[in-house]
Amino acid sequence: MSLSVDTREVDGVVIVDLGGRITLGDESSGKLRKAVRDLLAQGNKKILLNLGEVSYIDSSGLGELVSSFSTASSQGASVKLLNLQKKVQDLLQITKLYTVFEVSTNEADAILSFS
Amino acid sequence: MGECRRLELRLDSVISTVDAAELCAKGLAREGGYGEEQVDRLGMAVREAAANAVTHGNAYSAEKSVHFSVEMNDGRLVVKVRDEGEGFDPGEVADPTSVENLLKASGRGLLMMRALVDEVDVRNASPSGTEVVLVLHGPATEEEGQ
Repeated sequence: MSLSVDTREVDGVVIVDLGGRITLGDESSGKLRKAVRDLLAQGNKKILLNLGEVSYIDSSGLGELVSSFSTASSQGASVKLLNLQKKVQDLLQITKLYTVFEVSTNEADAILSFS
Repeated sequence: MGECRRLELRLDSVISTVDAAELCAKGLAREGGYGEEQVDRLGMAVREAAANAVTHGNAYSAEKSVHFSVEMNDGRLVVKVRDEGEGFDPGEVADPTSVENLLKASGRGLLMMRALVDEVDVRNASPSGTEVVLVLHGPATEEEGQ
């Protein structure tokens, strides 16, 4: 299942709605990377990745999330996560990436957190 | 539990090998009576092992194969993934959870495998390469799975 990527803006925050799997080599990782880089190139500083419909992320996909976070940080932008499924949440625990990412379960709260 | 099921494949060093290995392992695990959570965890671990074999071990070489087997025997499911690469010392793999490595884009596969299945062994293969052995203990009962 390939990754779907849709963007929308709410109160100055760009929400990237992702769906499917983020895994090695099936273009999904590349899609995520390109989406975040395009948003940064357009000057967006507040990016919320909605993973509510992402059923699975492998280590390569986690690497893409980390790269997106690092690239954004280096440009003075923020990348935060929204609505993790249990499997993805477990992976963030295992890898301790929960210490890197700010994660929300509520979209309105997540948007407020950028202000 | 005395019944033995085994599948052995020689796969190309391409990305689709990762999907094939995952599907085969999950299929046999389901046949062996494992619940969906265990099947999913195994599938994720197998993906990591196969991805390492294709990308790091064999470096996508058309001359090298990924040797994959999955066996259900005596209530244990054992998956072996072997590459034909240079091999590596797992003891020298940096801890991806240490602060200085958290923002690295790679290096989490082995950690994930160890967290997802009951046993993981990484060993040098003969004549070259690395073999990763992933073991799931017997299918969890309904109570254990909760």
